[in-house]
Amino acid sequence: MNRPIRRTSIVALIMFGLLLVNCTWFMVFRENQLDARSDNRRMRDEEFGQNRGAILVGNTPVAITEPTDDRFRYQRSYPQASLYAPITGWYAFDYGTSGLELTFNSQLAGTDDSLLVRRILDIVTNRMPTGATVQTTINAKAQETAYEAIGDRKGAVVAMDAKTGAVLALVSTPSYDPNKLASHDIGADGTASKAWRQLNDDPDRPLANRAAREIYPPGSTFKLVTAAAALENGSDPKQLWDSPEKLRLPGTETDLPNESPCGGAKITLEQALKVSCNTAFANVGLSLGADKLRTQAEKFGFGSRQLLDLNGAISRFPDNPNASQVALSAIGQFDVAASPLQMAMVTAGIANDGVVMKPYLVSGIRGTDLSLVSQTRPEKLSEAMTPEHARTLQGWMQTVVNSGTGVNGKIDGVEVGGKTGTANTTPDKPPYAWYTSYARSGDRTIAVTVFIEEADIDRNDISGGRLAAPIAKSVLESLL
Amino acid sequence: MEEPGIIVVPRKRRAAELVLLLLALTVGIGAWAITGLNRENQLPENFFVVAGGWVVLAAICHIVVRWRIPYADPVLLPCVFLLNGLGLAMIARLDLNDKATDAPGQLLWTVLGIVLFIVAIFVLRGDHRPLQRFPFLLGLAGLILLLMPLLPVIGVENYGSRIWIRFGPFSFQPAEAAKIVLATAFASYLVERREVLALAGWRVLGLDLPRARDLGPILLMWAASMLVLVYQRDLGTSLLFFGMFVMMLYVSTERPGWAVLGTILFAGGAVAAWLLFSHVQVRVNAWLDPFADPDASYQIIQGQYGMAWGGLLGRGLGLGRPQLTPVVKSDFITAAIGEELGITGLMAVIMVYALIVSRGLRIALTGKDPFGKLLAAGLSFTLALQVFAIIGGVTRLLPLTGLTTPFLSQGGSSLVCNWILIALLLVISHQFRKPIARAVEVDQDAESTQLIALSERGGRPPRTPDATASERGGRPPRTPDATASERGGGTQ
Repeated sequence: MNRPIRRTSIVALIMFGLLLVNCTWFMVFRENQLDARSDNRRMRDEEFGQNRGAILVGNTPVAITEPTDDRFRYQRSYPQASLYAPITGWYAFDYGTSGLELTFNSQLAGTDDSLLVRRILDIVTNRMPTGATVQTTINAKAQETAYEAIGDRKGAVVAMDAKTGAVLALVSTPSYDPNKLASHDIGADGTASKAWRQLNDDPDRPLANRAAREIYPPGSTFKLVTAAAALENGSDPKQLWDSPEKLRLPGTETDLPNESPCGGAKITLEQALKVSCNTAFANVGLSLGADKLRTQAEKFGFGSRQLLDLNGAISRFPDNPNASQVALSAIGQFDVAASPLQMAMVTAGIANDGVVMKPYLVSGIRGTDLSLVSQTRPEKLSEAMTPEHARTLQGWMQTVVNSGTGVNGKIDGVEVGGKTGTANTTPDKPPYAWYTSYARSGDRTIAVTVFIEEADIDRNDISGGRLAAPIAKSVLESLL
Repeated sequence: MEEPGIIVVPRKRRAAELVLLLLALTVGIGAWAITGLNRENQLPENFFVVAGGWVVLAAICHIVVRWRIPYADPVLLPCVFLLNGLGLAMIARLDLNDKATDAPGQLLWTVLGIVLFIVAIFVLRGDHRPLQRFPFLLGLAGLILLLMPLLPVIGVENYGSRIWIRFGPFSFQPAEAAKIVLATAFASYLVERREVLALAGWRVLGLDLPRARDLGPILLMWAASMLVLVYQRDLGTSLLFFGMFVMMLYVSTERPGWAVLGTILFAGGAVAAWLLFSHVQVRVNAWLDPFADPDASYQIIQGQYGMAWGGLLGRGLGLGRPQLTPVVKSDFITAAIGEELGITGLMAVIMVYALIVSRGLRIALTGKDPFGKLLAAGLSFTLALQVFAIIGGVTRLLPLTGLTTPFLSQGGSSLVCNWILIALLLVISHQFRKPIARAVEVDQDAESTQLIALSERGGRPPRTPDATASERGGRPPRTPDATASERGGGTQ
């Protein structure tokens, strides 16, 4: 009877072996998938109570984690609350995360693969594992200046270093207090739920990131792209363009008017840009065609997602416009839509002699001991213009500021170029006011775009110049 | 080779048992203490009283074994105290979160289990062979126990499986008792009939299949298992009993044909049940892809999350969140262990079970009495199957079943029955290892033995060298030798 008992023992051995192999398999292959699932309450609760890394602006943390006595052990807090909310985003128990808290979650939580060595060291040295610190490119002074300058108005300000693509200021108003969303008072009537409901019911949509994640008709600021397309496609800077008071749109009964006199029946592009002449640019658009306009727009970054650090929006140029729509698109109306960040990229590209840099918001990741784990290198997105054409366009933008619609953005003793814009939405809503500009001082070149969603004034081209240009000017001054 | 007059006296190894027992006690008591320290920064209430009581219980067991069955296997009892102590500590720890007080109840059941363990040792008087006398009575009782949950009124359905019966406030998993009763019945029946059952029928692909007229018992057991699978909705129980029967059939007849036939029958039945019955499909789907229907597979998903969170070394006792898993005290106690003691702790627990099973199978190997060998092998293998089915179910190696985790999970019936099972194994091992009954034969598998020369001693004459040689010889004889006379001689 012993032989079958021995064989039975082997069967039992195999069964126990299978159990142990399965346990090992579970550890090696299943554990991470299970941990990553969103309905895993254990992980969610633990992550929420984690000693998350800080988000830094300069040397100042704008998102920190503090020990608490409640069950989560650590409380996320945002010392400057609404000022940096569009950048940090929020970190809530029931309402997920957004902003850098979302895109850099694995680094902040300390679970990213790039932090593996540190994590092992933490375990070995019995140190409480903490997340990495995220260093932003934001300039605190510019951010504060922009936030104060835009005040109670709905809108956005984006400033970036034209030579690197580093975002120096990113303001979206109205903002919100992420501290309330991160509250540990998480019941149905807790602080977090109340704040969430209130923010979502607010018609001004404070949670929307108007600077990078929303797109709007760029209006006359898009004339920069049209002008660049004309130059790049061989148009002589001295060429004269028809600039009638009204342009009958091809195939329609509609006339396109100018907001103000263009200064002649035939004018140069420089003049057209200076006074923001609609009919001249519509004619430029008609003569170039939709494809050349779109190609130029895409070189500046339209049609693809920009600023992945915040998962920014994709700005768009319409796909198959007819002639009248091309004419409207050339002046930034019809279906053209861009984020303020995108218009800052256009301006920065022109100011950087045609080289468009990829925008970025995070300059580096630092471990708990503040040593650098990774660093962002500036990257070129495209060469949108030849340096020669770019310099020509820079000169025209300076004319706009020195003697055109953008005179409010002028800074004494500094090279400043800009372009105003007003975009009409629907007749019952006030227009959007835009102003985008660059300033050069020494070896620094800064681009700033200001966007005001509700400009409570007449629809004329000066609104961008009057409302938005002073904000841009103060931001530029804070940076130079 | 051996000279007549030399008697092999195995070591009693009671001191080894005592040392192992002390180590085992520290596991349960330590786990309980750590839970208290982790949670409240102090030892649990009544710590010294309860821990002292636990030590006293172990001491009583040890003394009873030392006194009544001194040659019993020294490893089994410490393993059982380790698991039972850990189970009690886990239940006490889980009590902290669901505000229940289940641990004292479980401790009472443990005391009852230990009392019955001692009673069994006294009643059997160190000899398992009287159990051989009632194969049909025990078989009938076992089948009734097994199928009892299907009866109206007393049968209760819990978590989709109908494997419980309820009398007033008491609920009971009769399969646990049926396990021991049926194993005893099978062992005595098969020992009687094995010569007939071993006769070859047709030969297919090099395998001797049994004769068609001998298929009755296996078909009966197969039908009972399928009833369990389909109506009690429990693959585990079904697998447990059919597997036990087929394995014992194979061991007694030494015919691999029986094992092959049984495996095919069970696999065929299981596949047919899966094709025909939606509740079987639900279980299988929850095993293959629990996330396809997270609500239906909530328990298994939470168990998996717990073990994933526990990781390699666990959260620490009292520091995990096993309470998120439903029914964690009974079915999913191993998931709680995985969460708080890590996959390492869970694998250690699996190894302790493997140790118990290996000692049980070793007892079966060392013995001479076929009934005892078959019973020890059957009980050990059944324990292995049970652990395989339930831990395999929790860790998603197999579809989940409603079996209990022996000695760990909450539930009186399982605990008491498994204590009796261990008493049986200890009695059998004592019977096999005590010196008087078996002379001369030195088994290769036996532990280190002392050879003591003794003068002629009363009792049975030593076996002839011839019989030993033929038992050892390469191919076992079709009709095992010497068994009938040994059986007859032993029980009189």
